[in-house]
Amino acid sequence: MTAIDFAFAVWETFYITILSTAFALVLGLPLGVLLVAGDKDGVLPLPGWLMHALNIVINILRSVPFLILMICVFPLSRLIVGTTVGTNATIVPLVVASFPFVARLVETSLRELDAGVIEAAQSMGATPFQIITKVMIPESLPSLISSMTTALTTILGYSAMSGAIGGGGLGKIAISYGYYRYQADIMLIAVVLLIILVQLFQTVGTALCNHSDKRLRK
Amino acid sequence: MIEIKHVSKTFQMKDGAVEALQDINLTIPDGMIYGIIGMSGAGKSTLVRCINLLERPTSGSVVIDGTAMETLTPAQLRDRRREITMIFQQFNLLMQRNCLKNVCFPMELAGVKKADAEKRARELLQTVGLPDKALAYPAQLSGGQRQRVAIARALATNPKVLLCDEATSALDPDTTRSILSLIREINQKLGITVVVITHQMSVVEAICDRVAILDGGRVVEEGSVQEIFARPKTAAARRLVAPGGGMSSREMASFAPDDHVIRLTFNGSSTSKPLVASLAAETGILVSILSADTRDLNNQCFGSMMLRLPRDVDQARKAVAYIKAAPGVTVEEVTGL
Repeated sequence: MTAIDFAFAVWETFYITILSTAFALVLGLPLGVLLVAGDKDGVLPLPGWLMHALNIVINILRSVPFLILMICVFPLSRLIVGTTVGTNATIVPLVVASFPFVARLVETSLRELDAGVIEAAQSMGATPFQIITKVMIPESLPSLISSMTTALTTILGYSAMSGAIGGGGLGKIAISYGYYRYQADIMLIAVVLLIILVQLFQTVGTALCNHSDKRLRK
Repeated sequence: MIEIKHVSKTFQMKDGAVEALQDINLTIPDGMIYGIIGMSGAGKSTLVRCINLLERPTSGSVVIDGTAMETLTPAQLRDRRREITMIFQQFNLLMQRNCLKNVCFPMELAGVKKADAEKRARELLQTVGLPDKALAYPAQLSGGQRQRVAIARALATNPKVLLCDEATSALDPDTTRSILSLIREINQKLGITVVVITHQMSVVEAICDRVAILDGGRVVEEGSVQEIFARPKTAAARRLVAPGGGMSSREMASFAPDDHVIRLTFNGSSTSKPLVASLAAETGILVSILSADTRDLNNQCFGSMMLRLPRDVDQARKAVAYIKAAPGVTVEEVTGL
């Protein structure tokens, strides 16, 4: 193991985490919005059975252990990236595992918004779509950024786990060198690098969150 | 003109139905400042939300300038809401947008060009007295300033009606006064009909032309502000007009059953002649004031007062006769004479 190997592994982990989070957000944000807007008191009430079904599907996806889920989505990985091993193939199970989680985080953030602001927008003749895009999401931005930081660090943890089934990155190094070959020093370095990555993500996330929060600006 | 016809609203709760409004009938003429007052839970917030259909009445009709609001399609209703804007107790500004963008918001929803919207927003901020706060965020403003921004925002789409839902309830008395005079000014300059929802009689007194008193989901009294102040007919009205000046048990206990007690109601008598003092000076009869809650409106006195008259029946009768002769005062006997 050279420093270059480690640097490459850091890059791989970074790449997997950022891309997976981005895709999870693409799926999870609309779903989270739907969970809030589709409520019977929401801006776009949907049939009760549909909301019920949506909730059950999300809960099922969230309760399957990640290792099992990864193996279950092998066919999907093969369909999308053409293989089930390697860095890109890891992204598919990561997205499948994390988008329901992201949807829940988005839901929680959006529910924090004061109902009065939405009512005010309705009183001005806003359409449900305008309320979602111009009120709910922008007004919840600091909370959404903070939620995404949580998602990012969680997905980073998952990505390390995917090393067990052929994913790349620091997780692979920690498992194949540290665990299988008893090279504790290499495992330690990999873990420390993971810790540094988490710290980095969290610091940047918190800074972005504070920067976007106009309620704090005095 | 806003016509509220037989409007009822029932909320289905887990433990049964709650009738928030029952058969409300009101007519609010154009250009008026109309007060709707009631204690909390009287249904006034529900009623004002029935006007712009944020709450859909369970039955009845809300007719604005000849259009029955509940018959409109969602798109027509949204267009219509631009003419009936609203301000709130908690201001409900967008905290992530600066003041200028907040005022632009309703115009943005309506598809007004950005440059035009900003130009108008700056004018409106000028109108409400905050020309220098365009780039400030709501979090940087005081409550009164936030309500001014909310008023500017409400005026952005050239509304015909402004609904004020407890708009001054979160503000201190001085700020309340300045916001009320701003609303009065807007009403007079722009001819906008204003509907004021409040639990404070002082607000009605300060700016309203007419008032409806809401109690338990019904309109119990309606009339000009002076009428209601002069002759509150119902218990709910008396409670609001003269809190503590009515027939509360505390006051009943403060005099013996054989005392002669009368209640005076001032229906706009002149304030230039002090009644109780001149009674003492001119007839030598001394009375004690048990309670009083009176106020001046345009140099006329409104409100009520409870007096204990001398035990001596002749003197008491003389005092009553003297007071009855004064213009604009009615006398009621509380305990027998």
